[in-house]
Amino acid sequence: MRRYSVFAVAREALRFHAGWGRAWAAPEPKRKYDVIVVGAGGHGLATAYYLGRNFGIRNVAVLEKGWLGGGNTGRNTTIIRSNYLQDPSAAIYEKARSLFETLSQELNYNVMFSPRGLLMLAQTEHEARGYKRTVHANALQGVQTEYIDAARVKALVPIINIEGPRYPVLGALYQARGGTARHDAVAWAYARACSDMGMDIIQNCEVTGVRSAGGKVQGVDTSRGSIDCDKLAIVVAGNSSVLAEMAGFRLPIESLALQALVSEPIKPAIDVVVMANTVHGYMSQSDKGELVIGGGTDGFNNYTQRGSWHHVEETVRALVETFPIISRLKMMRSWGGIVDMTGDRSPILSATPLGNCFVNCGWGTGGFKSIPGSGWAMAELIAKGAPGPLAAEFGLNRFREGRFIDESVAAGVAH
Amino acid sequence: MLTLTCPCCGVAAEETELAPGGEAHLKRFGPGASDEDFEGYLFARKNPKGVHFERWRHAMGCGKWFLAARCTATLEVFGTYKAQSPEPPPEIIAAIKARRPDWKGYS
Ligand SMILES: Cc1cc2nc3c(=O)[nH]c(=O)nc-3n(C[C@H](O)[C@H](O)[C@H](O)COP(=O)(O)OP(=O)(O)OC[C@H]3O[C@@H](n4cnc5c(N)ncnc54)[C@H](O)[C@@H]3O)c2cc1C
Ligand SMILES: [Zn+2]
Repeated sequence: MRRYSVFAVAREALRFHAGWGRAWAAPEPKRKYDVIVVGAGGHGLATAYYLGRNFGIRNVAVLEKGWLGGGNTGRNTTIIRSNYLQDPSAAIYEKARSLFETLSQELNYNVMFSPRGLLMLAQTEHEARGYKRTVHANALQGVQTEYIDAARVKALVPIINIEGPRYPVLGALYQARGGTARHDAVAWAYARACSDMGMDIIQNCEVTGVRSAGGKVQGVDTSRGSIDCDKLAIVVAGNSSVLAEMAGFRLPIESLALQALVSEPIKPAIDVVVMANTVHGYMSQSDKGELVIGGGTDGFNNYTQRGSWHHVEETVRALVETFPIISRLKMMRSWGGIVDMTGDRSPILSATPLGNCFVNCGWGTGGFKSIPGSGWAMAELIAKGAPGPLAAEFGLNRFREGRFIDESVAAGVAH
Repeated sequence: MLTLTCPCCGVAAEETELAPGGEAHLKRFGPGASDEDFEGYLFARKNPKGVHFERWRHAMGCGKWFLAARCTATLEVFGTYKAQSPEPPPEIIAAIKARRPDWKGYS
């Protein structure tokens, strides 16, 4: 792999940029791999990367039915934060956030991590109390957050309307090292690093069946033929139930549409991420100048990657109240992704009823931020066959045992 | 926008008038059931990519619950029927088969 650097840019500038090689190879599938990862989204690619980096397992294929990063990883609003309430969540999201801090250097690829600061507005007394509680929990967990008052919110976000008629801003949960990163770049960076380790990333390869014998996985059938494996990892977000059915079990997951939209580009207006969970909307500004906007999920099962119009309307309505200056902006694009929702709004990293088959799903509306930590934990689970400390609480058995990791309050809006 | 005809009042209701209620025809398990059955009833979902039977409530209309057969891969609606049905009625099954000849059937 050729390293990207300022010298490489200079060298290529002098020869019409003819020397940039492919960032990753496009191999034919082999007959057998040690590990097959289904799904080349951020979580699948990070799982493969840390299998190689942390455990030296490199005979790995990542199979993708479309193009890599074309699922939710390329459709999300890129918010990164770790201000969760429960200890297991804080641990895995903070691990991910801290890996993001040096990801560009580690992968030699600019993922544009921008820890610009993130605010979750408190707009009711309940919410204010809830966020203060989260700040105390975060202090114990080693996650740096603080509760700030309305004047400080206004100073950080001059375009905000503090005196909102219905829901005035009372304060905010502030994570100074939360922010955003470039979603595509995260997938591309991991893909390039995996390919460099000799792993096969195989696009346009849909898994259509899971083969097993004696309660153990044998391999998969795909649109490009049958491939054997010792271990299988299912990392397909909104399609998790479909793959689970192929493998012969059911998951506590429902697939729902979640939408986002961007405005026409404008001059810099807001340099933090603002989430307003009571009125249901959130916003940040991309480097191109577009306002990146998201809200809540639809309520019914859906695999079409198209959401309902009235959710867009509700989200925009809430944000116009919060940021009156955006009311005249044109919205340029909107799109949807299919998110995998669990009952407690926490993910699943787990062994499954099928031997040597592991699943990583349930990140729902908020799994972009966790990609590095999830890959790290999932690689350990696959390599050792048992979860390490980061994944231990996220097993499937928590539903049977009633050990929920309840984050539905901490994640009031979808992000 | 999704439109479902409420079998209780006959109104063709738009999505904003309706409240979704999740998978239909769940078999209930309670005290005395095995852990596995109870867990399955509470959490495990078919969540199919294709034909799905689900509960809806005509929340901003007559207020009644009803059931619908819908395709989650295309958003096509096959029909709606009474909430009291223990399983999808024959006319709904026929409507689905007419549109999805290779559908495996209700199970
Ligand atoms: C609109 C929107 C906004 C969001 N905003 C945020 C946010 O601000 N912050 C945040 O942290 N999270 C956010 N999320 C959530 C985040 O996008 C997801 O949790 C995360 O990207 C999931 O990554 P993944 O790798 O698990 O899934 P994906 O990126 O969806 O990857 C799964 C891959 O599996 C492939 N696949 C599926 N079936 C098969 C098959 N049979 N064979 C082969 N391949 C298959 C798919 O094609 C896909 O590429 C948002 C999501 C959406 C939709
Ligand atoms: Zn009605």
